[in-house]
Amino acid sequence: MSQSQLANAQVTLPVAAGQVGRLSQALMAMVLGVFVIGMVGFSHIDVVHNAAHDVRHSNAFPCH
Amino acid sequence: MSTFRSIVFASVISGFIVGLIVTVVQQFGTVPLILKAEVFEKAAETHQHDAQATAQPAAAGHDHAAHDHGDHDHGAGDHDHGTGAWEPRDGFERNAYTAAANVLTAIGFALLLAGFFAVRSGATGARVSWHEGLMWGLAGFAVFTLAPGLGLPPELPGVPAAPLLSRQIWWLAAVLATAGGLALIAFRRSVPAAIAGVILLTLPHLIGAPELANIETNVPSSLTHQFVTAVTVTSLVFWTLLGGLTSAVFARFDQRA
Repeated sequence: MSQSQLANAQVTLPVAAGQVGRLSQALMAMVLGVFVIGMVGFSHIDVVHNAAHDVRHSNAFPCH
Repeated sequence: MSTFRSIVFASVISGFIVGLIVTVVQQFGTVPLILKAEVFEKAAETHQHDAQATAQPAAAGHDHAAHDHGDHDHGAGDHDHGTGAWEPRDGFERNAYTAAANVLTAIGFALLLAGFFAVRSGATGARVSWHEGLMWGLAGFAVFTLAPGLGLPPELPGVPAAPLLSRQIWWLAAVLATAGGLALIAFRRSVPAAIAGVILLTLPHLIGAPELANIETNVPSSLTHQFVTAVTVTSLVFWTLLGGLTSAVFARFDQRA
């Protein structure tokens, strides 16, 4: 793609391009969030379970 | 500032604040009930061990850990504390880990919320107000507490339940179906979508959560009832605070982009 075409694409699709960047960044953050929740609330590792025990019960996450 | 950084900063700040507030709320609500239930749980464990020890007096090298693993996830006496893995000491250490786990959980859910706020404000062009954030928080309460709690009510230590993995799978399915159902109703304002949404909302409960045929526990049912109320109310506080605060903080970071 030539420089002029590239510039043209950016001029005609600024909102859409920005949206895609925003969407993918938001998705990355959400995947990170799911990972953190999964580790604290759902990991079967005994040590993690024991450390987060009261939180798992308090959040009504399935426990034991 | 990039969207990702705005989301992460906003989530860490609001997750930290809400996690600490909820830790304090839990000290008055859920934690005293958990500690009370553990007294019954430990009594049942001791009783079970004694019973098994007298039932098999000839068993050489009687191994407590082994029969704890034996019926793991099935009986009242299978609490993980019996397996000898590290656990925080009661008192400050235990509460410190609870606070840390609360903060991490709040940050995790804030990352989800702020992700939606970013997509939403990107699509509408207007920032998500604290009030809209609070509504998202209420949706989170419905998705992550109310819906899974209908099939799998908050459980105290010492109350036997169906195998852990099956309950985790049902919990996740209920969360996904409820989120999908609410999204269909809220964002696709058509009759077919609304019908599909209601079907999705009810589907996990028609299938039913995994449960044991009969539950024998010496944890009093009044304690369990108090716990269900405490968990639900604490969770409502958690989600409304988290929704409102995360949206407000995210809007501030996002504006500076």
